[in-house]
Amino acid sequence: MSEYSHARTPMEEPAGFSFENTMRNEMLQRAATSGRPLPSATKTGTTIVGMIFDGGVVLGADTRATNDTTIAEKNCEKIHYIADNIYCCGAGTAADTEKTTDLISSQLELLRMNSKSQPRVVTACTLLKRMLFRYQGHISAALVLGGCDVNGPHIFNIAPHGSTFSQPYTTMGSGSLAAMAVFETEWRENMDERAATELVKKAILAGVFNDLGSGSNCDTTVIRVDGTVTVTRGAVTPNDPLKLRSMINRSSKMTIPLGATPVISSTYTPFTLADVTVTEMETE
Amino acid sequence: IASDTRLGINFQTVATDFKKVFKMNDKLYVGLAGLATDVQTLDQLLRFRNELYELREERKMKPETFSNLLSTMLYEKRFGPYFCEPIVAGLDSKNKPFLSGMDLIGATVIADDFVVSGSCAENLFGMCESLYKPDLEPEELFETISQCLLAAVDRDALSGWGGVVHVIKPEGVISRELKGRQD
Repeated sequence: MSEYSHARTPMEEPAGFSFENTMRNEMLQRAATSGRPLPSATKTGTTIVGMIFDGGVVLGADTRATNDTTIAEKNCEKIHYIADNIYCCGAGTAADTEKTTDLISSQLELLRMNSKSQPRVVTACTLLKRMLFRYQGHISAALVLGGCDVNGPHIFNIAPHGSTFSQPYTTMGSGSLAAMAVFETEWRENMDERAATELVKKAILAGVFNDLGSGSNCDTTVIRVDGTVTVTRGAVTPNDPLKLRSMINRSSKMTIPLGATPVISSTYTPFTLADVTVTEMETE
Repeated sequence: IASDTRLGINFQTVATDFKKVFKMNDKLYVGLAGLATDVQTLDQLLRFRNELYELREERKMKPETFSNLLSTMLYEKRFGPYFCEPIVAGLDSKNKPFLSGMDLIGATVIADDFVVSGSCAENLFGMCESLYKPDLEPEELFETISQCLLAAVDRDALSGWGGVVHVIKPEGVISRELKGRQD
């Protein structure tokens, strides 16, 4: 029965990347001289960090997504869920980090069901690096993968071309130098959770305030060896504009009177609700 | 959700009634800005996938689901993308508003205030940041979005030549054509 309900129509293509438009796009790029330039992908300028402490790992990220020099999203989420015990921060092209981490998360979930054991961080790392190497760096995703498994806490640094290394602490993104400066000064082995979280926040804020590609707030995720996870969106919000905005006295010109906009025509399409008939239940 | 209605080839205007906002179902609209051929192709593909979904699932697609579908469709063409930057606007099953915008390869931004897209996106950002207030009534919202659109496109040579606004309410949709500068 399922073959009929999910029959492949002639238009449905197999899953994965499709290279249909590549020739056409190359021709368009050559032809696009005057007028508007072709749109560009949203990047996450980013400061992302990860470190191991005594009892788990802490991941941190800023929340700015940029499109050239315009900010596309002021509060985006850069710490992606991979598994209950594994999270991944992503820098680079926003769509790439989002979709790659989603893909590997699905693959890990299937693996978890097949093997009936908790996924290991090194497995996620291998799945990610194998995919990224296959695309030779064209998938621009620089990742900081962190988690706790049966072998303890791990932090992996994954570059867009597919090389990885494991360190007790690491930073990626355009603000990585600012964050690494903080880490190199203050990181010690076996810090406790509170000190580790404070250090991560300090490193991300160094990126937020000194790197133009990073900004807004700092998100943190703590993954402990006992299996508990604490995701904090907006752990530090030093750039919250609400207080300043509420102080703005908008002139009455900013409130547009009704009927101000000249309208040529107007059509109203009400939604037709399905006819409802009520049949009384025989209760006597 | 609102758009201008110009279709041009660089500085030449080819049409002044080009449709860029498309209805997917009663409470779900998608706006597509960018290369005209990709705008029309995506409209056809999205309507195809939406109708297939409605046939299989026997229910209307939720805006979040549609947004995700559009995102994956765009990402499939990661190395040869559609030159379109879409906006999805709709009401979910509980009539709560949903807004999302995407870049050309599907990186989604879900907003609770406004999303903008097009050749004068920076102008639109500026206008919306200034004029937007939360919890506006439908008529006030219409005035706000219309003024944002008209003021922004008046400062962009490649946009304008008329505007269209759809206000989606739980009871129905009001679609209006705006009178704008024809230059």
